[in-house]
Amino acid sequence: MYILKLILRNAFRHKLRTLLTILGIAIAVLAFGIMRTVVTSWYSGVESSQANRMITVHRVSFIFELPLAYRDRITKIPGVKKVSFANWFQGIYIDKNQFFARLAVDPETIWDVSPEFVVTDSVKEALKKQRNACVIGAKLVRDYNLHVGDLMSIEGDIYPGKWQMQIVGVYQGKDQTVDETQMLFNWHYLDEELKQNEPGRDGHVGWYVLQIDNPNDRARVSAAVDDLFANSSAETKTQTEKEFQQSFVSMSGAILTAINAVAFVIIGIILLVLSNTMAMTARERIGEYAVMRTLGFSAKNISQLVAGESLLISLVGGLIGLGVTYPLCAAIQKIVPTGWFPVFNVETVTVVLAFGSAIAAGVVAAAFPISRAVRTKIVDGLRHIA
Amino acid sequence: MAIVSIRKLSKSYWRDSLEIPVLRDISFEIAEGDFLGLMGPSGSGKTTLLNLIAGIDKPTAGTIDVAGTEITTMGESPLAAWRARHIGFVFQFYNLLPVLTARENVELPLLLSKLPKKERKEHVEFALKVVGLADRMHHYPKQLSGGQEQRVAIARAIVTDPTLLVADEPTGDLDKSSAEEILKLLERLNSEFKKTIVMVTHDPRAAERAHSVRHLDKGELS
Ligand SMILES: Nc1ncnc2c1ncn2[C@@H]1O[C@H](COP(=O)(O)OP(=O)(O)O)[C@@H](O)[C@H]1O
Ligand SMILES: [Mg+2]
Repeated sequence: MYILKLILRNAFRHKLRTLLTILGIAIAVLAFGIMRTVVTSWYSGVESSQANRMITVHRVSFIFELPLAYRDRITKIPGVKKVSFANWFQGIYIDKNQFFARLAVDPETIWDVSPEFVVTDSVKEALKKQRNACVIGAKLVRDYNLHVGDLMSIEGDIYPGKWQMQIVGVYQGKDQTVDETQMLFNWHYLDEELKQNEPGRDGHVGWYVLQIDNPNDRARVSAAVDDLFANSSAETKTQTEKEFQQSFVSMSGAILTAINAVAFVIIGIILLVLSNTMAMTARERIGEYAVMRTLGFSAKNISQLVAGESLLISLVGGLIGLGVTYPLCAAIQKIVPTGWFPVFNVETVTVVLAFGSAIAAGVVAAAFPISRAVRTKIVDGLRHIA
Repeated sequence: MAIVSIRKLSKSYWRDSLEIPVLRDISFEIAEGDFLGLMGPSGSGKTTLLNLIAGIDKPTAGTIDVAGTEITTMGESPLAAWRARHIGFVFQFYNLLPVLTARENVELPLLLSKLPKKERKEHVEFALKVVGLADRMHHYPKQLSGGQEQRVAIARAIVTDPTLLVADEPTGDLDKSSAEEILKLLERLNSEFKKTIVMVTHDPRAAERAHSVRHLDKGELS
């Protein structure tokens, strides 16, 4: 108890200096936490992808569509359990700044291939039965104050025209990593409208989602699907969902690498800030530590005192930094448009890294003062006072 | 009976490869219960000798026996433990820890003993009573006068009931009346509590209070 009291009083002997050091560490931990969260959120689609899910797109580019007729032929391939499909609808909801995903999905199969979306059976039925039905993610409900029964008016861009979907239900993510910002509506609504207004565009899907029996089978299934449509007018490219997601993320890979690098530079800054404070302390206390050693305190006792002080400062700084990281990340998610970061959670790894770095800095920053306090001969330390 | 026996003690410092002899072949004894004054001009090696007796420095040659223990050959951590048990040190500039109250400063050396908290408290209060500062125990050093600080430092030195009390110019930084009080206190510790005291001073008035006086000049004792 006594030693803790001494550590505490030593740490706050120069209040302003200590508070500034703590503030520096807190800001660094906060910046680290937010930067890492930006990076991990960006990759969350990749992380939450399912191993037994594959995506078949047009070989040339995923912006070209595939005939609906492929569905039955893919279904027949051994190892394929379920086939679903979707179209990227997009459109403008309210204004151009609302980014969340708007997709036309197959109401028969969507829930089978997306077990991470949790909905009730009555919602599944409603989506099948009602032509202009849509199901939205729980976060959209919160962000746009939407309710079941509400109409969502969307100005089409890829599929021109005025569209109106009615919300028949809400899906929840199975866990925190699931994107709850999607709007999923009945594909048949899209198809029937196209058949009437733009004949020729109907009967097409943006991509197929394949659920396979065994994730280890993915290479064979991929080859089997793509061979099936080789030399046709719409050749395919079949990848695991993870590979598919990565192809998007890698476009911004350089930026993310930079952010990640900066995040780790920040750890170095924590170390410098704290090391500087502890080095100043070491210089000022040479005489005091010599007095304590004269009284019989061992080198080990002195080391504990210095390390305790360094760790106390880093611990408090780290805790304050983390304490602010959570509400700030929540605020960021509120401020940035829905859909930019469908999932913006502070990952446990980030917390462990941020806090671990602060503590590690505490240990490292104590090393020099300890070696100085311990290596200085007592008589030289005492002469320092006189 | 001698409580300290010093034999053929030499101490040199080295500046680069140049040897600077500070103590040359010193032998003498300090009797148990003595109040010894060590005098000599500035730079004569008084502090160096005191530090060697207190076990915070190592001689170049010779032996120092304190209460039956040869301390010059001891390793660093046994020596630290030995100091905690046997030496009470009083410095010229008091050297109290500024972040601790008078009470806490006096308690500091007791943390190295295995005394339970309650007994520590009793020892601390007793030591502060002896130096006449029981009413100031919650004061911080900067709230005390120089003389009071030095009395707290003396309480810290005696709280462990050490074998030997060493004081390096304990009145060197004090005005005349404060110095007088400190010297009276040391005399009392010697006569009433039978403490063996070695006091370094270059002040003849202070040396008068000692029972025996040795002079150090150019590294030699007379
Ligand atoms: N750590 C040291 N390194 C080098 N020289 C020292 C050291 N300590 C003391 N000296 C020298 O030893 C001599 C005696 O010093 P000291 O014992 O402090 O004298 P006094 O206490 O009698 O004034 C002085 O010349 C001093 O400069
Ligand atoms: Mg001296």
